[in-house]
Amino acid sequence: MTHPEIVEKLKNQFGSDILEAYENYDMLNIHVPAYKIYSFLEYLKTDAELNFHFLTDLTAVHNPFDEGAEFLMVYHLHNMPKNIRIRIKASIPASNPSIDSIHQLWPSANWQERETFDFFGVNFIGHPNLIRIMNVDEMDYFPLQKQYPLEDATRQDKNDAMFGR
Amino acid sequence: MQDLTQLTEQQRELMQSKDEHYTLNLGPTHPATHGIFQNILKMDGERIMDAEQTVGYIHRAFEKLAEHRPFYQITPITDRLNYCSSPINNIGWHLTVEKLLGVETPKRVDYLRIIIMELARISDHLICNSILGVDTGAFSGFLYVFQYREKIYEIYEEICGARLTTNIGRIGGFERDLSPAAVQKIKNFILEWPKVWNEFESLFNRNRIFLDRIKGVGPISADRALAYGFTGPNLRAAGVDYDVRVAKPYSSYNDFEFKIPVGYDGDTLDRYLVRNAEIWESYKLIKNAFENLPEGPYHADVPEFYLPPKQEVYKNMEALIYHFKIVMAEIDVPKGEVYHSVEGGNGELGFYLISDGGRTPYRLHFRRPSFIYYQAYPEMIRGSYLSDAILTMSSMNVIAGELDA
Repeated sequence: MTHPEIVEKLKNQFGSDILEAYENYDMLNIHVPAYKIYSFLEYLKTDAELNFHFLTDLTAVHNPFDEGAEFLMVYHLHNMPKNIRIRIKASIPASNPSIDSIHQLWPSANWQERETFDFFGVNFIGHPNLIRIMNVDEMDYFPLQKQYPLEDATRQDKNDAMFGR
Repeated sequence: MQDLTQLTEQQRELMQSKDEHYTLNLGPTHPATHGIFQNILKMDGERIMDAEQTVGYIHRAFEKLAEHRPFYQITPITDRLNYCSSPINNIGWHLTVEKLLGVETPKRVDYLRIIIMELARISDHLICNSILGVDTGAFSGFLYVFQYREKIYEIYEEICGARLTTNIGRIGGFERDLSPAAVQKIKNFILEWPKVWNEFESLFNRNRIFLDRIKGVGPISADRALAYGFTGPNLRAAGVDYDVRVAKPYSSYNDFEFKIPVGYDGDTLDRYLVRNAEIWESYKLIKNAFENLPEGPYHADVPEFYLPPKQEVYKNMEALIYHFKIVMAEIDVPKGEVYHSVEGGNGELGFYLISDGGRTPYRLHFRRPSFIYYQAYPEMIRGSYLSDAILTMSSMNVIAGELDA
């Protein structure tokens, strides 16, 4: 299936929910509203012709200057038999950074969503165990958000006099 | 038959209590888990009912770090993902940046990259299979085969100066051509390797005790493997012939013919045999690439990212300026968003790079195969013995650096 055929099929199914569809570096990108993400990904997975059965990657990007759409969820799907990849994007606002969990569609989304929660603070509705995965449980902020610097200025355990800068 | 309506309060409570399972803490530091990850096992006698995993002990904030480092300084970060095959990570990162910039590398660079990546793959699989032997108690195979891991590291040392965390190559190619010593070491490796791996296989492949220990252990079906995001040898052992080198060839892999070994049951024996067969395929690739190594430049023409020769920097104003700008990272990278993946030792290692036109990436995400497939571990060991669980973890080749990043 070519990229225009895929976009047309999706537009027939979802109509105005396809906010944007464009290509970059040979990859088709589709932007959908966040509340539609589960049904959209389910359609991509279960439709016999599209058959995007494999979830390659799930992550987020923080764009603090996009008012109302600060967090961009990015899903990479892959159709192995036809060798087609696709990138799905969904924006969520910082005031309510919630999106449906897709672990029912792909169990591999479980830890990837936990990692995205750990780094960005995105809340995945319906996730069975949404707790931090990489960082310590006591951490009280979401480090990969752009407002936080690389190093934690409040840490007490590293003495600059001894470690130098 | 006891009348269940006549139970005392205490008896009723005890019957409803599900906590008859024994909790065993496997890790975080344990000689048999290769890396630091904790598994809290719920066991019913000798059999494992469930496992609760904790990862992140070696989390080093690579993704945040990458947002503050110029592109050539991210290569040492990628070294430390799957550190058993760091050249593959380095070259994968360079390929991602080259894709963003639209750089095409000359054939010599591609073939050299193939030689180095396949040496890394041999090194990674060699470690996995020999350590699998050690976990069953068979030390000799590991002992003799590790001498050749040393030889591979000596080849890296000739090429880039480092053994384990190689930081090999540059954006656009390599920093220097193969020296005569490197050529000789690669030739020696090509001559000597078959005998070594044949010896290892003769110790294990038809060894009754080894086969009994690993056959039927930790199986996973192809459907469940795909649902859990498996890629690499673990997925191929389950029967799915997906290999990034064939699906989306990079670095001139499509110039070569090689087979993709595939298993049936996805159990430990299949993973072991798939890695063995892949070592033979990698060996053939190295031999072919080395014998057909074309002459030509060892780097692409990207003066904005590739350091000019030092002699030029001392004489030529333009070279001096480029040198300064590259080292101080005053180069602005074009805006763009790219996802590129390579076939790492454990599967599809993906780099999702968003550049906003500045000197460092805006967002860099590593799609790490170990992190994604390790989630399936509780499902693979449910119902098996503790010794089988250890072997399953060993054969899955979970590398802590790639798990946590």
